[in-house]
Amino acid sequence: MAHANEHDYHLVDPSPWPVVGALSVLLTTLGAIQYMHNDTIWLFLMGLVAIGYTMLAWWRDVLREAEGGDHTPVVQMHHRYGMILFIVSEVMFFVAWFWAYFDASLYPGDMVAEARNALTGGVWPPQGIETFDPWHLPLINTLILLTSGTTVTWAHHALLHNDRKGLIWGLVLTVLLGLTFTGFQAYEYSHAGFGFSGHIYGATFYMATGFHGFHVIVGTIFLMVCLIRAYRGGFTPQQHFGFEAAAWYWHFVDVVWLFLFIVIYVIGSGN
Amino acid sequence: MTDTNPTGWRRYIYSTNHKDIGTMYLIFAIIGGIVGGAMSVLMRMELQFPGDGILGGDYHLYNVLVTGHGLIMVFFVVMPAMIGGFGNWFVPLMIGAPDMAFPRMNNISFWLLPVAFILLGISMFVDGPSAANTGVGGGWTIYPPLSTSGQPGPAVDYAILSLHVAGLSSILGAINFMTTIFNMRAPGMTLHKMPLFVWSILVTVFILLITLPVLAGAITMLLTDRNFGTTFFDPAGGGDPVLFQHLFWFFGHPEVYVLILPGFGIVSHVISTFSKKPIFGYLGMVYAMVAIGGVGSIVWAHHMFTTGLSLDAEVYFVVATMVIAVPTGIKIFSWIATMWGGSIEFKTPMLWALGFISLFTFGGVTGVMLANAGVDQAYHDTYFVVAHFHYVLSLGALFAIFAGWYYWFGKMFGYNYSEFWGKLHFWVTFIGVNLLFFPQHFLGMAGMPRRYVDYPDAFADWNYWSSIGSYISASGVGIFLIGMILAFYRKDAAADNPWGEGADTLEWTLSSPPPFHQFEKLPKVN
Repeated sequence: MAHANEHDYHLVDPSPWPVVGALSVLLTTLGAIQYMHNDTIWLFLMGLVAIGYTMLAWWRDVLREAEGGDHTPVVQMHHRYGMILFIVSEVMFFVAWFWAYFDASLYPGDMVAEARNALTGGVWPPQGIETFDPWHLPLINTLILLTSGTTVTWAHHALLHNDRKGLIWGLVLTVLLGLTFTGFQAYEYSHAGFGFSGHIYGATFYMATGFHGFHVIVGTIFLMVCLIRAYRGGFTPQQHFGFEAAAWYWHFVDVVWLFLFIVIYVIGSGN
Repeated sequence: MTDTNPTGWRRYIYSTNHKDIGTMYLIFAIIGGIVGGAMSVLMRMELQFPGDGILGGDYHLYNVLVTGHGLIMVFFVVMPAMIGGFGNWFVPLMIGAPDMAFPRMNNISFWLLPVAFILLGISMFVDGPSAANTGVGGGWTIYPPLSTSGQPGPAVDYAILSLHVAGLSSILGAINFMTTIFNMRAPGMTLHKMPLFVWSILVTVFILLITLPVLAGAITMLLTDRNFGTTFFDPAGGGDPVLFQHLFWFFGHPEVYVLILPGFGIVSHVISTFSKKPIFGYLGMVYAMVAIGGVGSIVWAHHMFTTGLSLDAEVYFVVATMVIAVPTGIKIFSWIATMWGGSIEFKTPMLWALGFISLFTFGGVTGVMLANAGVDQAYHDTYFVVAHFHYVLSLGALFAIFAGWYYWFGKMFGYNYSEFWGKLHFWVTFIGVNLLFFPQHFLGMAGMPRRYVDYPDAFADWNYWSSIGSYISASGVGIFLIGMILAFYRKDAAADNPWGEGADTLEWTLSSPPPFHQFEKLPKVN
């Protein structure tokens, strides 16, 4: 570990994971096309497994480097910039889905769009679509996510005060709330009065809330990893960016939900 | 740790070194350029005379070539050369940093590109509209319904996933460059002292980070419309094909600034170096780029003037588009003012930079014409548009890439290039591309539509000369390759700073090529 360098940057060793990851992506995309056109999913699943393995191996190296002292304050600042910018790109991804939703919901009966007019009846929610009552399950899910935002903050403060028990309990509760949200969302989907295909309401509703649900699952896994690391004695009050990144990501998922709740469930319910 | 330098194939395949990754990007861009260029030559051969030509009446193949040429030149030539190649090489060197902020992520940004290229390559050989016609024929804009119900085969899915992967590569790259620029500048290098090329990359990657995820959403909708029965773009299910155009151009228009902004940065350094004067109006240049990036991101619907936008929307997009001419004018006049009174040396990079300024300005002027919604009703989808965007890209972005290539060749590879072959490359290309694209203005004004495999005899003369121009440009590529091979064969060692006092950025303080890890002691900037 002898550095000749007089700077605090981390010059990373050569690594096989980027090229392995890229090849895994190739496998996954080829598999996705096999799935969509030939109804065989095994290649796609193999690709996902390869991506998962790459992520494990890659982040294992990152953790080893962190424990080896490579993550100096300036490198930790890199990670903060990186995570914020990643979340910015995620926000813009959701902009696309909101854009599609607004395109249909704000102009359900455009004079030019005759076909749309015929389908929607010129109103939103479109005629014949039975929407969810926002003040039942969607409201409960909103409260669940908001509560999980407080429990993850509890875990963070416990970590800062080196209260390991509080950290672990805060994380356990957050993960459980996240899983509950996902379960409720699945229950709601199974009782929907509209389908996924053939109608713009289902397309915009399921893709927007579905991508949000996917992000909730990713965030839950991220928090689970933090929980395992915390349980095994990881994180110090001084250095715990992995935890903070998971918390930021969780808050991002939370805020996206608030917009979905207000725009699609409340305003879009037509009541 | 990193005290030992990796050797052999692992040095490149497993690389975490910004200079090696930059070199791989440049090689990739050259390969992409040869493939994409060959496609354009095939199109010009087909169009040289009226009637069926070299494609033998396979009209879908023509559309596939149009699509492939566009996608390859944008995603696999200009972006990898400018951002991946020169950006990787010179952003860390110019800000006095030992490497990029995320060296490993830098490597996956690169390796995702060959993956995307392979997917696009496969798309050309699998079913498109039918089993008899392979490949995507929808153009780089892949508008539905041609890209949905019009071409049900898997070719379009390959192209869509290729764009997903290329976009992922660029988003990761954008995060990496922004973090590097914000957090790794040498002590004393404030943002207002940062070299213009670094500024240009900063604005570029900001645009990419904001707009690429929207494209990812749009092409995901395309994918689910094609394969899972959603109706985002299908009016029968309440969808809207124009929605795709909005989402696409929200990315697509900023993308053209992505292609040209790094060129602005390169040209600024070249003009200043060979005029032996600091750039005129540095801060104006910086904020002109910021303004171009910002305003350029809110003008997208000028690509859609013929889709039935409301009059109010058209007025806004006309005015906003024309506003971009103001910061662009600031840049052009500042380059001229930099040269004014300087002791100008007409070395090869300077020729390319001067070619850039004159031809990019010309393309900019036709852009102001096209920005008028009324005029665009007549010019939309004609060769006038083709001529316009090739003047700003093929003669703008590409000239800037070659200016950077010759400017930094000695620094990157340690050998001097041959002035004779470099200048020959410039003049042959300059004559070729002008002969290629200038007549296309006349064709467009006469009403020849773009993306057609054939045309009436009335358009024959200018098409003939345009094709001759294409062959001359292609021979320019041959001269470029000869010059490059000669430079590596002759091994004429380059000086640390061959350009003298005009070249004052940090990369010229290092050896040519720089050590594997530079700036082990960070430089101080006053």
